[in-house]
Amino acid sequence: MPSVISISNLSKTYASGVQALKRVDLEIYQGEILALLGPNGAGKTTLIGIICGIVTPSTGIVLTDGYDIVRDYRMARSKIGLVPQELATDMFETVWDTVNFSRGLFGLAPNHAYIESVLQQLSLWDKRKQEIMALSGGMKRRLMIAKALAHEPEILFLDEPTAGVDVELRRDMWHMVRTLREQGTTIILTTHYIEEAEEMADRIGVIRKGEMILVEDKTSLMKQLGKKQLSLHLQQPMAEIPEALAQWQLSLDGEGHDLLYTFDMHDEHKGISSLLKRMSELSINFTDLNTSQSSLEEIFVELVNGQQ
Amino acid sequence: MKQQPQGTKSTPNRFNHHGVWAIYRFELERARRTLLQSLITPVMTTSLYFVVFGAAIGSRMNEVDGIPYGAFIVPGLIMLSLFTESLMNASFGIHFPKFTGTIYEVLSAPISAFEIALAYVGAAATKSVILGLVILATSTLFVPVSILHPVWMATFLILTATTFSLFGFIIGIWAKDFEQLQLIPMLIVTPLTFLGGAFYSINMLPEAWRSITLFNPVVYLISGFRWSFYGVSDVGHSISLAMTLAFLLICVGIVWWIFKTGYRLKH
Ligand SMILES: Nc1ncnc2c1ncn2[C@@H]1O[C@H](COP(=O)(O)OP(=O)(O)O)[C@@H](O)[C@H]1O
Ligand SMILES: [Mg+2]
Repeated sequence: MPSVISISNLSKTYASGVQALKRVDLEIYQGEILALLGPNGAGKTTLIGIICGIVTPSTGIVLTDGYDIVRDYRMARSKIGLVPQELATDMFETVWDTVNFSRGLFGLAPNHAYIESVLQQLSLWDKRKQEIMALSGGMKRRLMIAKALAHEPEILFLDEPTAGVDVELRRDMWHMVRTLREQGTTIILTTHYIEEAEEMADRIGVIRKGEMILVEDKTSLMKQLGKKQLSLHLQQPMAEIPEALAQWQLSLDGEGHDLLYTFDMHDEHKGISSLLKRMSELSINFTDLNTSQSSLEEIFVELVNGQQ
Repeated sequence: MKQQPQGTKSTPNRFNHHGVWAIYRFELERARRTLLQSLITPVMTTSLYFVVFGAAIGSRMNEVDGIPYGAFIVPGLIMLSLFTESLMNASFGIHFPKFTGTIYEVLSAPISAFEIALAYVGAAATKSVILGLVILATSTLFVPVSILHPVWMATFLILTATTFSLFGFIIGIWAKDFEQLQLIPMLIVTPLTFLGGAFYSINMLPEAWRSITLFNPVVYLISGFRWSFYGVSDVGHSISLAMTLAFLLICVGIVWWIFKTGYRLKH
């Protein structure tokens, strides 16, 4: 897949001395949904801010569709839509005016039919003549998305789109993200919710203290995370695993007292029952058993705590 | 020089006229919403000045430089409003998005610093010029006003509105809060205007005070503007024009520097 945003060696030190990003390298591929996971203060918003032109990088290069974000900012920025983390809207303007303003700001001629379709999609059409300050918080959030989409961006950044958002809006938002993706838009979102990343993203990047500590395909990440372990405490310790049990790829622990079977919970069908049956045929008895599973949550916590 | 990475594309800069127009319209729309307030206040203030200065004081002080006192103060009054309105409009126009956070959209848009300044300053200057003309029209209701050099009058009007809008734009970016936003207009511009011969000819001042006054840039702006009305001036009108242009260039320079460094706009 071609890379649509290419980040190399990106660092940011704020005037306060805080180093928010440390030599970040990242490729974002065309048409994918990339989720950036990381605790508060990890540097997610700073990273997005630099790509969008709001924060100046200290070092490093970002190319958007091949255009340098500093030197060729016009081309680079015209491809990007941004929905920032904080709600920031005008007050006295109407919904209709402010969304058309956004389109003009990005250098495009008016296109009322397109703006209408965006407002329809976000259930804002009925409110188009209202002043922004009369909108509820959820509606303002929809409006910010509409503004970001007004110039038909190829790349959309959503900075914590579902933080403090009600269930209905969250559902609509994911629906919209999927629709956009089907139309070929590349989407980068940040979130605290692992389930969200799990449900929505193609790839997941984890940021900790300004460092990109992991970027991986969701499916392969889930494979790692989907591992479950069955531990059998044996009556008689074993020196080595019998040839007859080789097909389960077992391992030994606790000085031969514990027999460990690692399996993928996604395609475990009859591994456990056949293993137990085989063991009883071989008269290998156990006194206790338990299973354990590392959740995405656990892995994530481990990652961000740096105890890999 | 930074090394250009391989595969970097490049295109010529294209003027974002839709973007400039969007901001310009947004700013004028803001004024239209408060049209009554933004016109009634200056019209009322002007009328009050005429009542107080023109009728009460002017009746004791018939003529200045051969011009009836009421008519003499018209250019100064217009300038006074032009200064304050340009400063307030332009500084508020850029400061408010900074305050509410909506500036993110302008910063993330494919619009150059020059275009942003052009839109905000252009809108503020437009409003000020309209206001100046409204005050001019109001004053003709009170006193006979003649304009000897209309082209010069328009030139001074537009140049001054632009210069002070640029100045206001700078203040709007510099200010950290609304208090600071008011600070410079209140502490510097209003006193300089009153001391700058808005309501008298500086030739009426004692010699020493007059020399000091010549360091006040506002003197030149008011003098040149008054000359375009009545053909009389405290200083030559070419010097006035030169001073106005110099002031304009200084403001342009500061704005250019702000955008080049991202001063108080980007982190
Ligand atoms: N404007 C700023 N000035 C100084 N420090 C900042 C600024 N913005 C963010 N930071 C600091 O940079 C770090 C990263 O912040 P941020 O990018 O907002 O993280 P995240 O979005 O992951 O929560 C934090 O330590 C934060 O305090
Ligand atoms: Mg953030």
